[in-house]
Amino acid sequence: MILYLVKRLAVLLASTVVAAVAVFAFMALLPGDPAEIALGVNATPEAVADLRHRFGTDRPPAVQFLDWFGGLVQGDFGTSYVTSAPIGPQISDRLGVTAVLVLGGMAVALVLAVPLGTFAAVHHRDPLGAAISAASQVGIAVPAFLAGILLVFVFAVQAQVLPSGGYVPIADDPGEWLRGLLLPWLSLGLVQGAVLTRYVRSAVLDVMREDYLRTARAKGRGRTGALWRHGLRNASVPVVTVLGLQLATLLIGAVVVERVFVIPGLGDLLLNGVAGRDLLLVQGVVMVLVAAVLLINFVVDVTYHLLDPRLR
Amino acid sequence: MRGRPNLALLTGGTLVGLVVLAAAVSFFWTPHDPTLVDAARKLREPGGGYLLGADKFGRDTFSQLMVGARTTLYVGVVAVGIAAVVGTPLGVVAGMTPRGWLSELIMRVNDLVFAFPALLLAVMLGAVYGPGTLTAMIAIGVATVPAFARVARAATLQVMVTDYILAARAAGRRRPAIAVRHVLPNIGSVLIVQASVSFAIAILAEAALSFLGFGTRPPIPSWGRMLQESQELLFSTPRLALWPGLAIALAVLGFNLLGDGLRDHLDPKLRRIRADG
Repeated sequence: MILYLVKRLAVLLASTVVAAVAVFAFMALLPGDPAEIALGVNATPEAVADLRHRFGTDRPPAVQFLDWFGGLVQGDFGTSYVTSAPIGPQISDRLGVTAVLVLGGMAVALVLAVPLGTFAAVHHRDPLGAAISAASQVGIAVPAFLAGILLVFVFAVQAQVLPSGGYVPIADDPGEWLRGLLLPWLSLGLVQGAVLTRYVRSAVLDVMREDYLRTARAKGRGRTGALWRHGLRNASVPVVTVLGLQLATLLIGAVVVERVFVIPGLGDLLLNGVAGRDLLLVQGVVMVLVAAVLLINFVVDVTYHLLDPRLR
Repeated sequence: MRGRPNLALLTGGTLVGLVVLAAAVSFFWTPHDPTLVDAARKLREPGGGYLLGADKFGRDTFSQLMVGARTTLYVGVVAVGIAAVVGTPLGVVAGMTPRGWLSELIMRVNDLVFAFPALLLAVMLGAVYGPGTLTAMIAIGVATVPAFARVARAATLQVMVTDYILAARAAGRRRPAIAVRHVLPNIGSVLIVQASVSFAIAILAEAALSFLGFGTRPPIPSWGRMLQESQELLFSTPRLALWPGLAIALAVLGFNLLGDGLRDHLDPKLRRIRADG
């Protein structure tokens, strides 16, 4: 297990470095000199050269990369060429908002999917079980931002019980904070819950066919008892893998949902960065999101090994 | 199970057929010019030749939906095409030499690309080259390559242990010949299913990108942008969000069901498992 952990950790670090090289190569070495953009077309060559020197973009690419990456490791994302504001604090401010959004969405998905999926598997021959399967198929076809728009229509436009958007920090007013996040959480969670329901259903179905479950029932345990004691841990192995993939999907879904609900998270920062041609900011946010996806994959792989002793 | 109709295949095929039909017809006929801005028809209610009404610019919603189907299919075909053409050979090579360094390299790079979702790639491409249909298609295509490579690799691994491959190798056939003559035809059904599922994901990605302004640019109609334009009017004219939303959901549902149905249809073994499951 320890050897596996060390190996997997090395892969994580290597992938992060390679991903950083890729992001840097793509964003920093492509057309468009930030100094020229900042000064406009009428700038003198001397002024451009001076600014280029201040930005550090006159140095060789390898040096620039090491400088940028070295900063990243210490949490320093550099200073925006456009707004002259340090990028790191902006990212860390928004990271918390996005994390709350993603984790809340995941919680909604889990709360929905585990009971529904298990129920659909246990009752797979009944109309209700089939109805859950069909409903989940429809849920998969609805993108999170569309679910968001529908939820706004129902709860903000028609029923007028929840706000249609906006974000209140928890420190200002915990009640309003919660009210503002309910619809975004549901938008992310309902869709992912639909996907997850299908995986939980098929995982539980697989487990139900196993001999050990039949043995447990032969020993006198009821259907629910046998499934609870022997089934769920085994069914959780494939589900955890999907869960990890879904966390990554949720992270990206959050970028879009933040736009629907006007929530100041990482997605909002990213899109504002693109709109303002703030390439260094975009580079930083993209790197954070990619690193998060890699980290999620790492955690999934390790959990997978912990849950399934056969893999050790 | 022969006699039972494949409901998923039937429903999926019908939905996809409708999208294709709408797109095909839109090439030579739409009720109105989908891009014609007319203040007189602004937010016109449905009826009188305007089946689903008009939007805030007076553009006919139904005509926009029809041309939007074309945009959706166009992006899907190119994106899935990129993914299949790049991902399949990589997966086959990795599957045919499972212990080689090349296979290891392919799968590692694959994992890395997997960490760059379509949306991030599109935003990066859009930030540097400007957003548009082309950058969206490339981004979605590249992001879908790992899925194809993985599926192709897994299927190839299964095929490689069969007797006919053993026979072909014993007969002295070279690897490229085996790949083309024996492996590809036998993993074809798996790839077709993957293409259908990837198509559904590509539609979702295109809609999200257009919604954010990183996809198809105005005035070309796109379902995602129709949704984005309708959002501010949700309080007054919710039907403007309803129709493109429904179109996206039905198209995605169609391709997902088509994939499920094809899987059952093409793989009798799975059909039996699902029949008692």
